[in-house]
Amino acid sequence: MITSSVLVLLGIGFISAVILAVASKLLYVYEDPRIAQVESVLAGANCGGCGYPGCAGAAQGVVEGKAGANVCVIGGDEVAAKVADIMGLEFASTEKQTAFVDCTGGVRAEETYEYHGVADCRAQHMLYGGNKMCPEGCLGYGTCVTACQFGAIEIGPDGYPVVDPNLCTACGGCAQVCPRGVITIRGMTARITHLNELTDCLAPCRQRCPGQINIPRYIEQVSRGDYAGALETIRERIPMPLSIGRVCPHPCEGVCRRGHVDEPVGINMIKRFAADWEMNSGTRLPISCAPETGRKVAVVGGGPAGLSCAFFLRRLGHSPTIFESMPELGGQLRYGIPEYRLPNAVLDWEIEGILNLGIEVRHEHNFGTDFTLKTLEEEGFEAVFLGVGAWMNMNLRIDNENAKGVETGTEFLTKVGLGVDTGIGKKVVVIGGGNTAIDTSRSSVRLGAHVTLMYRRTRNEMPAHIEEIVGSEEEGVNYLFLSAPKRIITDDDGHVTHVEYIKMELGEPDASGRRRPVPIEGSETLIECDTVYTAIGQKPELSCLYDGSGTCTLEETRWRTLGAHPDTLQTALPHVFTGGDMHTGPALVITALGEGRKAARSIHQLLTEGRIHYSSQLQRELIPYTMFTDVPDVGYRRRSELPHQIECDERKCTFKEIEGPLGLADVKHETCRCLRCGLTCYNRDLTEGQECLAEDCVKNP
Amino acid sequence: MDYFVLVISAIFVNNIVLAQYLGNCPFIGTSKESGVAIGMGLAVVFVATMAATITWCVQEYVLGPLDLEYLQTIAFILIIAALVQFVEMFLKKAIPPLYQSLGIFLPLITTNCAVLGIAIICQREKFTLPETIIFSLASGAGFLLALVVLAGIRERLDLARVPISLKGTPLALIMAGLMSLAFFAFKGMAS
Repeated sequence: MITSSVLVLLGIGFISAVILAVASKLLYVYEDPRIAQVESVLAGANCGGCGYPGCAGAAQGVVEGKAGANVCVIGGDEVAAKVADIMGLEFASTEKQTAFVDCTGGVRAEETYEYHGVADCRAQHMLYGGNKMCPEGCLGYGTCVTACQFGAIEIGPDGYPVVDPNLCTACGGCAQVCPRGVITIRGMTARITHLNELTDCLAPCRQRCPGQINIPRYIEQVSRGDYAGALETIRERIPMPLSIGRVCPHPCEGVCRRGHVDEPVGINMIKRFAADWEMNSGTRLPISCAPETGRKVAVVGGGPAGLSCAFFLRRLGHSPTIFESMPELGGQLRYGIPEYRLPNAVLDWEIEGILNLGIEVRHEHNFGTDFTLKTLEEEGFEAVFLGVGAWMNMNLRIDNENAKGVETGTEFLTKVGLGVDTGIGKKVVVIGGGNTAIDTSRSSVRLGAHVTLMYRRTRNEMPAHIEEIVGSEEEGVNYLFLSAPKRIITDDDGHVTHVEYIKMELGEPDASGRRRPVPIEGSETLIECDTVYTAIGQKPELSCLYDGSGTCTLEETRWRTLGAHPDTLQTALPHVFTGGDMHTGPALVITALGEGRKAARSIHQLLTEGRIHYSSQLQRELIPYTMFTDVPDVGYRRRSELPHQIECDERKCTFKEIEGPLGLADVKHETCRCLRCGLTCYNRDLTEGQECLAEDCVKNP
Repeated sequence: MDYFVLVISAIFVNNIVLAQYLGNCPFIGTSKESGVAIGMGLAVVFVATMAATITWCVQEYVLGPLDLEYLQTIAFILIIAALVQFVEMFLKKAIPPLYQSLGIFLPLITTNCAVLGIAIICQREKFTLPETIIFSLASGAGFLLALVVLAGIRERLDLARVPISLKGTPLALIMAGLMSLAFFAFKGMAS
């Protein structure tokens, strides 16, 4: 019995062994020993942040070359260095990523669903579509908190998630479970390259800002006294907060919800305060840059678009070189905007900060003559950004337009910017109604001239910014509305003596929506002058793109600008990009800065991924349902005003900066006025009819 | 008709986990996610069917004729262990993603008393070979059903606010008990 038992068991064991031995041979899978080695140095959390099913899968991915040494998102540089050591790879420090909650919180609009006892975002989303008044916003039931294995998220006092960046490992668990996509995992590169999307939490001001600055976030940071954080937020979108804080006509304020209650929040004033705070401190805040990629990019034009493109390319790790035709960088900021609005010292300080990142500049290099796209390619530049601005002036198309004493406004302003003799007379007529015309007029006043500004429509139709118009009026600029020049009259030497103009009346609205001026026959009148400046529009000088045979490989639009894809800014040549006035025609500085970032994003994608991509959900126009005008439960609060640094009499004879920054109390007051809007939500801080006292506004000291 | 009753009985009335209380360890251990639960359940279906078939043959043609029934347990364990090793090798070669997602739970089938239990029940009930195959397949399916249902419940429970002391295994055990009670409703449908 015992013998047979032993023999049977041995027999079963032997047969099993034989079967397994055969199976081992047939089903053998070679496993690289490095997989186990790599797995042993990974964090072992099986968090799934790497996208592989567990650490074993991640280790296999590394060994198979599908994942890099930095595969372990929670391990950081230490683990990446160990993995690189095992795999014999070179290790480069990786960019810190963190969970990013795109919602500043606050007392929000009421929820439209009824509470049915399911206190969880995902459940709420499944049951009711998670709908609050805001269709995209956070539901606030903390699924992300439960999902976070590292205790890095908690629901703040306002019912919105707050991320502790020190604990966050960027594993992505929170982003994975968030049903509304409010949380994303982002590093600096992702934040810089992100374009506004319809699913983002976009307050009206953010939607309107051509630079796509996260306005509610930086205002909130300033309100907390986190000026450095505010500047970092601004610099994720534009590199020149000092300049923009001074010259931006702030279209964002035009759609500010606060404007439906009293007056818009002084968004630009707050930006200027944060920027001035850094400059006045004398210390530059560190600006992070991704590790060097060694990819060379040529940036043609050192104006706002070019500077912005170079700045963001450098931050993304590339090596841009700026080619500038003028002796100094800044473009229209330096040579088009007078010093009383933007002092050269401020501009120099700001540009120096940008160049300090490691950007090479070649001054007085003219595109088309000193170098071409071909020579740039031969020099090893893998991509080119063309941002030469719009320096060519439109003609008046009247007799004697080229008489002595007749000049364009931009030529005059450039001479003022360069500090050379302008040849200005005593009686100046400026023709035009835009910001250039106003800048020309106000600069002429400062040079001692008696100035008359001639515009063919009325004051209400002037495209110039109203603050500039008021400023010019205060400084004594005379206005001649509803008047259009008919011819220039000269003396025997061919120098201007008079401008003959005809009076106009407004007819039907034209394509621009403004009423078309119609001449009143027989109303011709003379105005005496010795200098005429024309400022009726500018366009880019595209002759530099044409070769000797008169052909151009790039596409010119019907508006005489350089054609490019509206979202990627890629031109007809795949490695050539454009932006700023060269692409849009004369536009705002903030638009040029925004286009510089957009182009840098495309160049970065082309160089690193070989293709350019963008979301199909990009926000281009204002989102209609977010533009409601009824803002209940918000009380009146006065708007702060920028203090004047010099008074009117002095203003007429000096180019010293006119406006100063807000004081600390006013900044607190102004940040307090911000409603912290989302798409459709906003803070309801006061009951209707309740008036806020100034001292109450400073609630976040 | 007998086979139909056998299937109903194995899946619902005498469910291997919820009525026989076998295989509780992998039942609790692999029921956190539906995906893993389905993989584990299918692996158990396969291994249980294979194991019951092979052990039936061993019992019928080796242990029975030689009067060595008392070796049943140790012989079955030996056979199941070898079978699980075989399945592991097969999955690693043929379906690596499933192999990786099962992870440590695959070797655990070796010590899964549900698989051994199914093989022994087949002998105790003196099933024929076709009955053994049908019963083991259905019992495995019953295990799969219980596992997937519990995984679904646990995934929902993860969303709920529950006392911390009950989170995880304690609540899973309570849910398993409630499921067991619910399955008692099938009692009497088949023997």
